[in-house]
Amino acid sequence: MIGKRVLGIFGVLSAIAGLGVASSASAQPVVGVPHQWQMGFPASYTPVMERLASLHDLLLGIITAICLFVLALLMYAMWRFHASRNPNPATVTHNTFLEIAWTITPILILVIIAIPSFRLLYYGDKAVDAAFTVKVVGHQWYWSYAYPDQGNFSVDSRILSEADRVKLKPNQPRLLAVDEEMVIPVGTTVRIIGTAADSMHGWTVPGFGIKKTVIPGRLNEGWISVRDEGYYFGQCSQICGNGHSYMPIAIRVVSKPEFDKWVEQKKKSAGLLPSTDVASAAVPANR
Amino acid sequence: MATAHGASHDHSHDDHAHTPTGMKRWLFSTNHKDIGTMYLVFSIFASLIGGAFSVYMRLELMQPGVQFFNGPDGTPDGHFWNTVVTAHGLIMVFFVVMPGLIGGFGNWFVPLMIGAPDMAFPRMNNISFWLLPPAFILLLLSALIGGGVGTGWTVYVPLSTQQGAGMDLAIFSLHIAGASSILGAINFITTILNMRAPGMTLHRMPLFAWSVLVTAFLLLLALPVLAGAITMLLTDRNFGTHFFDPAGGGDPTLFLHLFWFFGHPEVYIMILPAFGIVSHVISTFAKKPIFGYLGMAYAMVAIGVVGFVVWAHHMYTVGMDVDTRAYFVAATMVIAVPTGVKIFSWIATMWGGSIRLEVPMLWAIGFIFLFTVGGVTGVVLSNAGVDYALHNTYYVIAHFHYVLSLGAVFGMFAGFYYWIGKMCGRQYSEWAAQVHFWTTFIGVNLTFFPMHFSGLAGMPRHYVDYPDAMAQWNYLSSLGAFISFGSTLFWLVFVVFGTLLYGRKVGANYWGEGATTLEWTVPSPPPFHTFEELPHISPTTHH
Repeated sequence: MIGKRVLGIFGVLSAIAGLGVASSASAQPVVGVPHQWQMGFPASYTPVMERLASLHDLLLGIITAICLFVLALLMYAMWRFHASRNPNPATVTHNTFLEIAWTITPILILVIIAIPSFRLLYYGDKAVDAAFTVKVVGHQWYWSYAYPDQGNFSVDSRILSEADRVKLKPNQPRLLAVDEEMVIPVGTTVRIIGTAADSMHGWTVPGFGIKKTVIPGRLNEGWISVRDEGYYFGQCSQICGNGHSYMPIAIRVVSKPEFDKWVEQKKKSAGLLPSTDVASAAVPANR
Repeated sequence: MATAHGASHDHSHDDHAHTPTGMKRWLFSTNHKDIGTMYLVFSIFASLIGGAFSVYMRLELMQPGVQFFNGPDGTPDGHFWNTVVTAHGLIMVFFVVMPGLIGGFGNWFVPLMIGAPDMAFPRMNNISFWLLPPAFILLLLSALIGGGVGTGWTVYVPLSTQQGAGMDLAIFSLHIAGASSILGAINFITTILNMRAPGMTLHRMPLFAWSVLVTAFLLLLALPVLAGAITMLLTDRNFGTHFFDPAGGGDPTLFLHLFWFFGHPEVYIMILPAFGIVSHVISTFAKKPIFGYLGMAYAMVAIGVVGFVVWAHHMYTVGMDVDTRAYFVAATMVIAVPTGVKIFSWIATMWGGSIRLEVPMLWAIGFIFLFTVGGVTGVVLSNAGVDYALHNTYYVIAHFHYVLSLGAVFGMFAGFYYWIGKMCGRQYSEWAAQVHFWTTFIGVNLTFFPMHFSGLAGMPRHYVDYPDAMAQWNYLSSLGAFISFGSTLFWLVFVVFGTLLYGRKVGANYWGEGATTLEWTVPSPPPFHTFEELPHISPTTHH
């Protein structure tokens, strides 16, 4: 939609502006954030979201047309058949053609919707050839991200206090900045497997087209492949108690070399280097 | 629809029957009109509390940051916020819409419309009502002495297992409210199936009675499942069971399936009686019989039946098998068809009619358009793939408030303005009613339309605070909420009390020839007992 494209342009501009103020070693732009007066989805950052947004465009067109049609009929009827203009009411209570038409036409519209809808559902369900998996665990009230394919080190991601956010990450929005983001490489299919430690939580990033209600005792699988480097933010989307509004999801999408460097650094601090073979007898540390 | 011939006059107030007074009349009532009145008064009272909570919430959400929901240490109290949100939902669903539509208008007008002297079980009718105030008190107690329930109205585990003692009080509240509705459902089904006046076949029965009949079946079949789910929650919390606890071999998603198996029919329970009222109002003020009566009746039946097999569209994100999700997408879309039939039939009823835009008609026409808006966003949400972006965002809140606050509530106000003259014998003041309608119309649209945008932008539900970029839509929504609540207070003073105390007195049929159902053949207000002699129904020329 037009609005989204315009907002997308603003997003790029603010991302460029954000570059100058980035505090981390590599300067990813702040991309996945909401905008003032935003009326639609953010831009599509993943292939699933592209298809989702396109289906939504189709749906929005259809439902707008339906609502305007109903409104037009009502307004016309209120005017044309007002008692002052039509003192003698008709007695018609049936019209076979109309009754069939307004049953068949909605069915046809629903079929038109259903075809891309099912395609989207099956496309987004499971990763095809995922490069690796990130295990997302929801806690009260923070997220932790484990990397089982890279030695199973884990990253705890907690919201920054407002004072710390202003000091450390001022170009990231209030309520969204965290101490440590989930880091993934750009343009890579990453499998997400989510669970929770205590209550249900909801893992999502607007613009990614993924939302996983994570549940204790269960695994919930999805996938993402983010097109552009940057910071992307979401918020917990399943009520989980006192801190529900204060456990954002922050993802830093970096280049592949930078991701490898980050993994090495994480493994080192988790005590997993030099050996991280699956065959190695070392029990992976949790940090 | 059928009209009555013959016994439209009423041998009321024989010498042996004095209208009871005091406790005998109100606490020990066996009169469907009095019980209906009590339900309506209770519903209005509860709406002020539920509405006040929503105003409190919108006050907080008016600006970014936390201004009103800070705890004693000055930091935001998320649990208190969650408790108010939960209370708002539970009160509106169980203590405003259901008692108002089913207990209030259902009790008042189903017996009158079918020409029955009362409900099949008049004394059980009374206990149905009187179970509600204790249920409401238990809910309030859950907040006052139990630490509050901060789970949202859906009380998902494991969060609900974690809650304090208030959760158990809230469970008992729902048990009692559920029992009240189940007994009421039994009463309505028996009354409608057994006590229609001679000549009134089911296919000559007014559409409001049809809507209550379908609603009653939904209540009967869905509420026991809720009762089971919350009882299992109670035992998980207090008696060592592990139905929903993975550590004990259970699964939280079992609760979701049980809850939504009730929860989806519940939303149709809330809207079907409003459909019935709208049919009556449109027909009366277009001076035309309802277009496609059988289609309308059986569309409601279809909505009710299909409504039982779509529940998991509330659960698309929990990790169900993809083919299961696909089924629920398809089944949910199916419901759009009978619903569309109804919308078009109402418009076709207006078409060619002789329309008077009396206040009840304004509410009904408003309903048709605004329910359509709410319904189509439901079609958007029914697509599981799209739902991944919209689940638990403000888009969902916009959707269900459009179909409830701008659907069911518009239906309730339509019924109020349509029937208040019948119930109390006095008519509302036209200027006050117009002010109420237009300020409410503006207020609720201003409140809920921007929520579509916040939701598309990703604002989640149940949040006490939001990123600064979402401030503009939230500000507008809050303005709308204040206007709506102000309008409700205005209504209470100038319309409700204004009518009861100063309204112009009216006769049996103050709407004219468009009002063709049996309640318009009895005086306004009706005598304590009506149809002690059964009317005889014969078919009219148009049907």
